[in-house]
Amino acid sequence: MSDPHAAIDAVFRIEFPRLVAALARVTRDVGRAEELAQDALVVALERWPVDGVPDNPGAWLMTTARRRALDGVRHARIADAKHAELAREHDAGPRDVAGELADALDDDIGDDLLRLVFTACHPVLPTEARVALTLRLVGGLATAEIARAFLVPEATIAQRIVRAKRTLADARVPFEVPRAPERAERLASVLEVIYLVFNEGHVATAGASWTRPELCHDALRIARVLAGLAPDEPEVHGLVALLELSASRLTARTARDGTPVLLADQDRASWDRVLVRRGLAALARADELVAARGAPAGPYHLQAAIAAHHARAATAEATEWPRIAALYTLLARRAPSPIVELNRAVAFAMAFGPDAGLELVDALVADGALAAYHLLPAVRGDLLAKLGRGDEARAEFQRAAELTRNERERDVLLARARAAP
Amino acid sequence: MMFVKATKQSEANQPPTKEAILAMHKFNEELEKAGVLLDLGGLTPSSRGVRVQYHGSKRTVIDGPFAEAKELIAGYALLEVKTLAEAIEWAKRSPFDGEEAEVELRPLFDASDFDPGKGV
Repeated sequence: MSDPHAAIDAVFRIEFPRLVAALARVTRDVGRAEELAQDALVVALERWPVDGVPDNPGAWLMTTARRRALDGVRHARIADAKHAELAREHDAGPRDVAGELADALDDDIGDDLLRLVFTACHPVLPTEARVALTLRLVGGLATAEIARAFLVPEATIAQRIVRAKRTLADARVPFEVPRAPERAERLASVLEVIYLVFNEGHVATAGASWTRPELCHDALRIARVLAGLAPDEPEVHGLVALLELSASRLTARTARDGTPVLLADQDRASWDRVLVRRGLAALARADELVAARGAPAGPYHLQAAIAAHHARAATAEATEWPRIAALYTLLARRAPSPIVELNRAVAFAMAFGPDAGLELVDALVADGALAAYHLLPAVRGDLLAKLGRGDEARAEFQRAAELTRNERERDVLLARARAAP
Repeated sequence: MMFVKATKQSEANQPPTKEAILAMHKFNEELEKAGVLLDLGGLTPSSRGVRVQYHGSKRTVIDGPFAEAKELIAGYALLEVKTLAEAIEWAKRSPFDGEEAEVELRPLFDASDFDPGKGV
């Protein structure tokens, strides 16, 4: 492997989150930390192709970033009011910025990483900004990679990140792990961001391909990191379990020509057994923690339990639908949403017949909340087709096809419209 | 997949030093914390293994140990990374100090390897 740029990219991906986290501990400003880390990377990009990648690239980057930080402090003394605070702290004596920077990478940076995760997912930021910042800072993705993943121009993502950093600075968001009672809500925001990233990869909302597995892997990796940082949180393990189990089916979800393959039609032999095993282990961990706390299972935990039922079923026919329907009812109570209700309808149809499902779907139609969501008519069409009401089914599939923005999904829906009885 | 090659020491069933075990444990933990470690395992010396050879319908079972420590595997770690370069970067960080060691990195096939339409 002689490509120095590939090696440098690999180092960056591994070191960037650690670097930002360690720097932010000292600067107390995630935006500034990211800039310093970025500067260090630019220097590395100049030097490493010539000098070779150093033996301890993490320490090299930290030293370089530290030098930059100190330059910044010196400048700040003279002119730049923006850095004045850091300079004051530096001059104040008891706080030895240089020493702290030198130590920062040597220590266990776990706590800093966790602070970084919470800061990147701070509720003061709009969701899109949380997603971009998390992928950049915690996932170590380059701006261009994030842009590619979300099918938007690179400048859009760059702007989003710049604005997010400014928002964090303006709001004086502290670089810390929130304590109770705020903690639960803040953790929910973190989990939501990871889940959103995974979901965008799992069912791409737009574009020519049905899934973007890269994005799923990024989300899963961040979730695993989080499980290491917050090992006592049952919902974190619940989310990891859900993502591992969903990821185990990624390959099976797409046919070779790119067409989506639905759960019932998937080749279960092609599910990734390693990921299934990891998912079930994470679920067991979540179960233990919930039992120890005497608390009810959270929404990701419940969804993981549902995914586990599918994972354990040797064939689609062997699926324990009544159990799954019961879990959806729990989920609907714990985290009510029209989407959960739609899934519950599907589970009810499988467990107790299409009529039972249709009843729930019709209630959703009357409710109107999912009027623009293509899967509502898609599910309704499926149930009507099973009940032999072909004309109505066809109309529903056509409507679903009009509503989706994913081209592959549209093809499948139109095919189902043609095939309706 | 990262294969750790056997050494004379591992084949002789000599346990590594306490320091080496700790260093390895720490490294595995680092992989785990970075979210890239899917699975790992250590293998017993080839003296406890067998080989099954196939010649047409005939099966021959050969007891270990097997010669050529360098051709044997002593352990494995399954990593999930985006690029081979990233796997190399992690492999470089393995704490094999002072002793002669080798790991071999072999990407698993994924769906796109069987998809003639992709990447063209």
